[in-house]
Amino acid sequence: MPSKIFDSVDESLADVFDGATVMIGGFGLAGQPQELIDGLIRRGSTDLTIVNNNAGNGEVGLALLIKSGFVKKIICSFPRQSDSYIFDEAYRAGKIELEVVPQGNLAERIRAAGAGIGGFFTPTGYGTLLAEGKETRTIDGNNYVLESPIHADFSLIKAYHADPLGNLVYRKTARNFGPIMATAAKTTIVQVSGVVGVGELDPEAVITPGIFVNRIVEVAS
Amino acid sequence: MTSATLTRVEMAQRVAADIPTGAFVNLGIGIPTTVSNFLTAEQEVTRHTENGMLGMGPEAIGDEIDPDLINAGKIPVTELPGCSYFHHADSFAMMRGGHLDIAVLGAFQVSEKGDLANWHTGAPDAIPAVGGAMDLAVGAKDVFVMMELATKQGDSKLVASLTYPATGLQCVTRIYTEVAIFQIDPNVGVTVTEMFGPTTMARLIELTGLALIDGTK
Repeated sequence: MPSKIFDSVDESLADVFDGATVMIGGFGLAGQPQELIDGLIRRGSTDLTIVNNNAGNGEVGLALLIKSGFVKKIICSFPRQSDSYIFDEAYRAGKIELEVVPQGNLAERIRAAGAGIGGFFTPTGYGTLLAEGKETRTIDGNNYVLESPIHADFSLIKAYHADPLGNLVYRKTARNFGPIMATAAKTTIVQVSGVVGVGELDPEAVITPGIFVNRIVEVAS
Repeated sequence: MTSATLTRVEMAQRVAADIPTGAFVNLGIGIPTTVSNFLTAEQEVTRHTENGMLGMGPEAIGDEIDPDLINAGKIPVTELPGCSYFHHADSFAMMRGGHLDIAVLGAFQVSEKGDLANWHTGAPDAIPAVGGAMDLAVGAKDVFVMMELATKQGDSKLVASLTYPATGLQCVTRIYTEVAIFQIDPNVGVTVTEMFGPTTMARLIELTGLALIDGTK
């Protein structure tokens, strides 16, 4: 099997194209693949649809990607934060589309895409603005909303360690969206702080099996 | 009846005292988070944070701060023995699947049927942001709301029907305010279970405009 290890961030992102849908892991800055996002900015692909829990913090990572004008649309649960002023300005200026999704529905829509599920009925959001226009159903007396999967062209995530086969372990709450985003993209690119040899990860501790991972880049932590 | 209305700290103490032994709880961002200051070791309460952890410990200080270990409010926190980590889909399955006992949340408004509004003011220039609020509202077995009973303008936040956009329908089971505690059962109505300070049933009924049930006797 060819190694999934790439020598540089830029090589791992060389085929990201204009108009791509890109999932980016992380909850706030925990688990945000900073170096991959910096690479995406250097790559300069435009009209991106970004899937993330937030819409950037401060002037780094996702916020900088938005500031660079490369993001057409963002799908997230919580854009507005104390330090999301770059997104806030872009949104108020009409420069970026926003799809707000309840956090659990966001996670499940990503999971569904990776698991080959065509849609699912969830109680979350029923009777609210975020369910307007969506199909609903009453099942065993409970009300549900039909939600659809979110597929991506690329997922950019951060894990702790990988082996060359793409098996991943994560660190603490930096795991967050990584394992599900890894399953939902045509190409999953992972930045890790360390690559270990095949057989060195405890198979019982592997969180993301290598089948979901295409490219690995080691970055200094 | 106590002699004065409750302070925010006393409200947090009351909520903490009412959380059953061994419960799994999610404390929302803001005032609800302060409930954790009053949970005792004997209660053996396990705290859930929706960004992927059970068994969350107190806020991290000094050398304990680890950027990979934060809570839903993005504040650095610590581990407790027996804690566990999981990804976001599992985290929300814990709520939606009915495994989480109690969520404690803030609110703009609660209706007499237990409908909750706490995510969006509805202002035209507001940037909508929902986070995990809708999932918590429908997922936890019990939703406790902590809020002041009236707005700064003097309007009741416990209302016949919501005027703010809903977060979830018929989900709030109890409301803790500085003047009274309310129990909500959509089939029964709103029961006042406790009053604080000079509060009277007549005053609560006048403020809310609701046919409140007196459960304090």
